[in-house]
Amino acid sequence: MNIVVLVKYVPDATADRQFEDDFTVDRVNVDGLLSELDEYAVEQSLQIKEKREGEEITVTALTVGPEAAEAAVRKALQMGADKGVHVVDDAIAGSDAIATSLVLAKAIEKLGPVDLVVGGLASTDAGMSVVPAMLAERLGLPQVTLASVVETQGDQIRIKRDGDVATEVIGGTLPLVLSVTDQSGEARYPSFKGIMAAKKKPLDTWSLGDLGVDASQVGLGAAYTAVEETAARPPRTAGEIVTDEDGSGAKALADFLASKKFI
Amino acid sequence: MAEVLVLIDHAGGQVKKPTYELLTLAAKLGEPSAVYIGGADGSAGAAEAVKAYGAEKVYVIDDAQIKGYLVAPKAEALAQLAGSASPAAILLPSSAENKEVAARLAIKLDSGLITDAVDLDESGVATQSVFAGNYTVKGKVTKGTPIITVKPNSAAPVEKAGAAAVTPFEVTISDAAKTAQIVASQPRKASGRPELTEAAIVVSGGRGTGGDFSAVEGLADALGAAVGASRAAVDSGWMPHTFQVGQTGKTVSPQLYVANGISGAIQHRAGMQTSKTIVAVNKDEEAPIFELVDFGVVGDLHTVLPAVTEAVKAAKG
Ligand SMILES: Cc1cc2nc3c(=O)[nH]c(=O)nc-3n(C[C@H](O)[C@H](O)[C@H](O)COP(=O)(O)OP(=O)(O)OC[C@H]3O[C@@H](n4cnc5c(N)ncnc54)[C@H](O)[C@@H]3O)c2cc1C
Ligand SMILES: Nc1ncnc2c1ncn2[C@@H]1O[C@H](COP(=O)(O)O)[C@@H](O)[C@H]1O
Repeated sequence: MNIVVLVKYVPDATADRQFEDDFTVDRVNVDGLLSELDEYAVEQSLQIKEKREGEEITVTALTVGPEAAEAAVRKALQMGADKGVHVVDDAIAGSDAIATSLVLAKAIEKLGPVDLVVGGLASTDAGMSVVPAMLAERLGLPQVTLASVVETQGDQIRIKRDGDVATEVIGGTLPLVLSVTDQSGEARYPSFKGIMAAKKKPLDTWSLGDLGVDASQVGLGAAYTAVEETAARPPRTAGEIVTDEDGSGAKALADFLASKKFI
Repeated sequence: MAEVLVLIDHAGGQVKKPTYELLTLAAKLGEPSAVYIGGADGSAGAAEAVKAYGAEKVYVIDDAQIKGYLVAPKAEALAQLAGSASPAAILLPSSAENKEVAARLAIKLDSGLITDAVDLDESGVATQSVFAGNYTVKGKVTKGTPIITVKPNSAAPVEKAGAAAVTPFEVTISDAAKTAQIVASQPRKASGRPELTEAAIVVSGGRGTGGDFSAVEGLADALGAAVGASRAAVDSGWMPHTFQVGQTGKTVSPQLYVANGISGAIQHRAGMQTSKTIVAVNKDEEAPIFELVDFGVVGDLHTVLPAVTEAVKAAKG
């Protein structure tokens, strides 16, 4: 069984994230890392492999991103993925979800028959939560997405999805695209052994040429949307803070709510 | 004027408020046509409801072949409708499922997609809030039929009579779209409170509640507010995940957000810092949430909130 897990390299959310002059996300001058939300995808991929002991299962971590994005694949290898693929090409810079899903789809096709593609809930930078669905559409596969619980047996998969109006159990038959939420279970830390083993694992670097994708199909120039303006949100002006003493806090808060016409 | 398709958000034909907001925004771009995907029995009620918000047409797509499946069949249905109506744009209420429907639709129609817009102007420029609400981005779809998912509370619904001409639309759903199936479904219990993402006021609780949400719920009910929670409260099993506010929960942007026993981690801020007015009650005067507030009380939520609740009740008589 072949599992491909999608891992994105993102700017650190706790750092000062910025835009470039062309309004693309600055991915070079900011510390980056494997998106926390994709660690859950790696974890579930590894758990499927571990639960299906005795079967021949390969977990391949795949990323599309700049040079530094290799770190995201490395981390997945340290966690326990078997091999990695990093698609990097200057032409990809500034790609939107539509182009990213195209490159991911071509890379997955190049990897040969894949049984399960596993993604995260959302990338922590763009956060559209659309790439897995786009990928499913491009690959002509069903999707079982936003899973909080995943179970597989043979070629069957069952997931739990906590929707707004109902909690649902969704069933599907492999091959398909799966995405998991941060409710699916804590991701493991790489062990010392894992970190050492990762150094010897294969990590391929592919360019657009290797995938037969034309440079004109990706990047900022090919984007289906154009950003016209970005603006930092004005900082909130410091508010009034009171310390409660014998009910004074409640009174002050009630007065504040009344002054703003909430009561 | 070209049509603008608006997917109706409804439960069994009961139309939800974000639909009216989308119809109001759609009128800026063209002639709003509402799209009803659901049971035949609910279509008349839905058509009547959207008529009051300017829908000139109501496409009715019977969901007999669609319900029981997620995402893919809806994307097929909308792609077929777009093929026949050639709309100027397609608007969907932002929800996890609709964003995925929009994603598949964008690939099918070879069109650009903008998700989670918080505003939309006459020229189709959408405003989004990004990087945990720290930046505002304005952008536009430049290829194909613009597909835009819009967050609740993005516009004030404007009442306006429309023709609401009911137009049944037949769709053919492929077998391939029916391969992931809903095996079981457990509807969420209605809380009787406003929907978290639509509410004008949200009162939230975090780890500081110690698991006792009664003070938070009491204030919420006195204010007619929705209840929210931090991830710490959800992970502790005190509140269901659907109540979670933040990066991996709901993004809310109410008139008033009251954070109680919540420290204000960046992932929580991501879901609430665009709220108009922010209030916090926290024992720790150093809590980062106080950097955001318009008004803060350093104190114990278990004593402060009940007293505020009494004051609210007294004021409302
Ligand atoms: C990938 C990822 C995604 C995440 N997504 C989210 C998300 O969507 N939403 C979210 O909320 N978090 C999210 N988090 C978690 C986030 O980082 C914080 O851990 C979480 O928000 C903390 O919740 P809290 O403020 O309730 O708890 P704490 O940080 O423990 O804060 C509790 C607060 O309560 C105060 N307190 C204690 N007792 C009282 C009392 N009696 N009266 C008044 N105040 C009291 C304390 O002073 C403290 O400030 C995410 C984290 C990660 C890594
Ligand atoms: N550039 C990328 N490389 C690898 N995986 C990606 C990339 N972009 C998105 N993904 C995957 O798609 C998921 C959703 O991304 P998004 O639609 O951008 O929120 C992420 O959690 C990843 O698993």
